Amino acid sequence: MLAGPDDVADVYRREYGRAVSVLARSLRDLDAAEEAVQEAFAEAARTWPVTGLPPSPAGWVLTTARRRAVDRLRREGTRGVREHRAVLEGLVGGAVTASAEEVVMSGLPVDEHLPDDRLRLVFTACHPALALPSRVALTLRLLGGLTTAEIAHAFGVPEATTAQRIVRAKAKIRDAGIPYRVPGPAELPDRLAGVLAVVHVVFTEGHTATAGPELGRVDLATEAVRLGRLLARLMPDEPEVLGLLALMLLAESRRPARTDDDGRIVLLADQDRSRWDEALAWEGRTLVRRCLRLGRPGPYQLQAAIAAVHSDAPSADRTDWPQVVALYDHLHALTPTPFVALNRAVAVAEVDGPAAGLALVDAIPLERNHLWHAVRADLLRRLGRDDDAAAAYAAAIERTGNDRERAFLTGRLGALGAARAPRGQA
Amino acid sequence: MTQYVLSLWEPVGPPPPPELLEPVMVEVGRIDQDMRDEGVWVFAAGLHGPGSSTVLRSDGDEVLTVDGPYVEAKEHLGGFSVVVVEDVDAVLEWGRRLTRATGLPIEVRPVRHGGR
Repeated sequence: MLAGPDDVADVYRREYGRAVSVLARSLRDLDAAEEAVQEAFAEAARTWPVTGLPPSPAGWVLTTARRRAVDRLRREGTRGVREHRAVLEGLVGGAVTASAEEVVMSGLPVDEHLPDDRLRLVFTACHPALALPSRVALTLRLLGGLTTAEIAHAFGVPEATTAQRIVRAKAKIRDAGIPYRVPGPAELPDRLAGVLAVVHVVFTEGHTATAGPELGRVDLATEAVRLGRLLARLMPDEPEVLGLLALMLLAESRRPARTDDDGRIVLLADQDRSRWDEALAWEGRTLVRRCLRLGRPGPYQLQAAIAAVHSDAPSADRTDWPQVVALYDHLHALTPTPFVALNRAVAVAEVDGPAAGLALVDAIPLERNHLWHAVRADLLRRLGRDDDAAAAYAAAIERTGNDRERAFLTGRLGALGAARAPRGQA
Repeated sequence: MTQYVLSLWEPVGPPPPPELLEPVMVEVGRIDQDMRDEGVWVFAAGLHGPGSSTVLRSDGDEVLTVDGPYVEAKEHLGGFSVVVVEDVDAVLEWGRRLTRATGLPIEVRPVRHGGR
């Protein structure tokens, strides 16, 4: 079988993280692990087009990366004899004999039996001793194989800033002794929350970018779902892991309907539900049921359950809003944040009317956020308080950095003006 | 194994009244004893206040001696423990106990060299 650049890129996307995770465990050095894996892929890009795709591309990459790592260790010879031996033992997975370095190279394991240390890598890259932006960058770099330039571009920060974040995070992992292991049961809930927060940040930015010309960044959302799937495979019994994946899948299922052909925002109530991706939605709803059955509800599961209620509704006006409010009540009890309160108020407005919703919104301290103003604007519009609504739309427009959101809000403000104008002239 | 310094950051000013301070000191003493019992304790010290501090500065051939502290701040280094443990997770657990016991922020830093 001939192999083109796409095949190499495809294997890279799927296997980079696993190869780095395995190499990092034996080399005890993230930089060295990354270098070895990158060299292996450079070799793949050279040779696969000629030799064809190997029977086990992942095994080939791992073996080649190990060979490169051993080459480098020999060449540099900077490590002490004992350390060198320890690292080699790690690479071999056993005691080093005279021919150990040859043993390392022998045999191409089949993919399913390849070692996988990605779970360790996840917990290292997402350690709470690292700042959240560093955790996000490092996770995308080490597990997603994204380049520094890609990460910087995705979050709209300078490349030098991202590069520095990654370098400093790796230095801290080394100097502060951030371990390369999966936390024990006692620590796991806290540490897992830190991991899921990283994936959620990536997804949220992909779903609705904080700034820029497009509503979302598909590549980041895709990457987040990929990480979510990986975590769900590695930790199939953690309900919050399944909940986050379900939440992302349900949100992604609506993507085709979230914007019109010109990229303009279409609100949930106005979306053409036949454009929703039913395969993703089905998978999301199935996961929601599965995680809720585990009987340990958490914030991601509840948000996913809310998304599932919307997903179940054949049309906007047949949404089970009382159920949505009940789920938000539960969510607010677990995580009493102003954003949860704001979303809850929107649902309450659907059940008890816009006046009831507005009373709740006015009590939420989110004046600095554009969403708070946008929600107020809509409720005021529905109450016929057009002047107040106009002021609220203006305040929301002023506070968003997303061009598509700004265009949407400007349109709403304009529609208000058009509706008012005849009255003004009368 | 890595050595870490756990520093305790105290507000500048008079110490809290004995009825508040005493139970805290008892608990800190217990943590210190647990560190020794578990074999991770290297050294520990509680310091006098910043008013007791003196700063030396090298200036060409001379060394100037001036009244301290080096940095005037609302918080100062009140004390520290040095422990030797497997990794940052282990030292953070000791730090958690110290901050719960004292209500003060604890800073954890790895020792680069000078340890055993």
